[in-house]
Amino acid sequence: MREAIPCSISGIITDNMSGVRVLVGTRKGAFILTADAKREKWVVSGPHFAGWEIYHLKGSPADPNRLYASQSTGWFGQLIQRSNDGGKTWEQVDHKFAYDGIPGTHQWYDGTPHPWEFKRVWHLEPSLTDPDTVYAGVEDAAFFRSTDGGKNWGELSGLRGHGSGPKWQPGAGGMCLHTIILDPSDPQRIFIAISAAGAFRSDDSGQTWKPINNGLYSQYIPEPRAEVGHCVHHVAMHPSRPGVLFMQKHWDVMRTDDAGENWREISGNLPTDFGFVIDIHAHEPETIYVVPIKSDSEHYPPDGKLRVYRSRTGGDEWEALTNGLPQSDCYVNVFRDAMAVDSLDSCGIYFGTTGGQVYASSDAGDNWAPIVRDLPAVLSVEVQTLK
Amino acid sequence: MAIKVVLPAHLRSLAKVSGEVQLEVEGPVTQRSVLDALEASYPMLRGTLRDQATFARRPFVRFFACEQDLSHESADRALPEAVASGVEPFLIVGAIAGGRL
Repeated sequence: MREAIPCSISGIITDNMSGVRVLVGTRKGAFILTADAKREKWVVSGPHFAGWEIYHLKGSPADPNRLYASQSTGWFGQLIQRSNDGGKTWEQVDHKFAYDGIPGTHQWYDGTPHPWEFKRVWHLEPSLTDPDTVYAGVEDAAFFRSTDGGKNWGELSGLRGHGSGPKWQPGAGGMCLHTIILDPSDPQRIFIAISAAGAFRSDDSGQTWKPINNGLYSQYIPEPRAEVGHCVHHVAMHPSRPGVLFMQKHWDVMRTDDAGENWREISGNLPTDFGFVIDIHAHEPETIYVVPIKSDSEHYPPDGKLRVYRSRTGGDEWEALTNGLPQSDCYVNVFRDAMAVDSLDSCGIYFGTTGGQVYASSDAGDNWAPIVRDLPAVLSVEVQTLK
Repeated sequence: MAIKVVLPAHLRSLAKVSGEVQLEVEGPVTQRSVLDALEASYPMLRGTLRDQATFARRPFVRFFACEQDLSHESADRALPEAVASGVEPFLIVGAIAGGRL
């Protein structure tokens, strides 16, 4: 999400000029926004895959022109698209996501066993080193990998089969594996998060997994401190501090300093600790961002004011960032994969809303402006820093 | 015999076709043989109409022909003669209900 990568692309960014490419997935297609390092003038390309839901698209850190996109509809199912030229052209690659073995059951909303059924890909995470290796987090929750650029997908079923799978249950948005974090310091370490099961860690490249939810407290489940069952909304890690993770849970903002062995709450003075997104400044690993949302039944900002909250102390102490954001009559939501940062010298922060705006700050959150507005509802935002 | 198939707009885009699709179908003309021929000619459509493993019709896909809803018919039942003879098209339709706004 914040890799500085060599690249030259068409549009307003030319060879040897740094810039930013913002990848936006929406309810009705994908959009690609580009700007030079000033981040003042934006060129919008799209819609790509018009009319399809694009839950996520992301570029390879190893080859910035290699992009992957998750394309789906409720009518015609799941497709995977791949680009080798930074999103100018796309090719459909295979989209056969078959669970390993007999899928078994998880808990349904009413607590009864329900068969595992593939529905869609929520998140695509390209390898840090190999453009042809990409991981997929899917609904119903499972972890897949392709090592041939998306042509073939295989489930790493140690996650679903590690023992707690029958206790997992869907959140309001479905039982989705929505977060995948690859540890840059340890190629075998992977973190994932599932709504509503919790966070998990693998130390052997995804073969075996352990729940890492100690310290989470969820009043909406029978055992508030259960090993699994927590509705984790998103998790973020700074590449320089791979043992420190920040989590936006359904309610509560949390952090761990020991790779998930123990979590503690850092909600502090937030006006509400419900929300979906969380991210980290590219150059300050203790500076984190969230967008508080009123509640799980009112998915919009408190008081109709769209405010990003920033903590420069790794949590607990938060300040509202409002310059350039609507401070009245704003009732949008910001979905869990819809915030990202760039790694230019003055860190850029980006987020998209269900109202179709993508807001950006080129000064670490002090000032904001929409870089595009009136798109379909934004499902995801990723940023590539092009140097 | 060439069979005429009409795809919904999303799948015409995916298959990079416009208008009706013409397919040569070997043997009895059934839903299964038409879909087999369609997927053989347009492999990008695999999985969009029926599950790739079970071949079950996707829930919000409908099959119409000759003013009949054939969605719930056996995949191996012969399609109407007017479809088999290429007079009437086999219509693949995205259900009005379904998906998400």
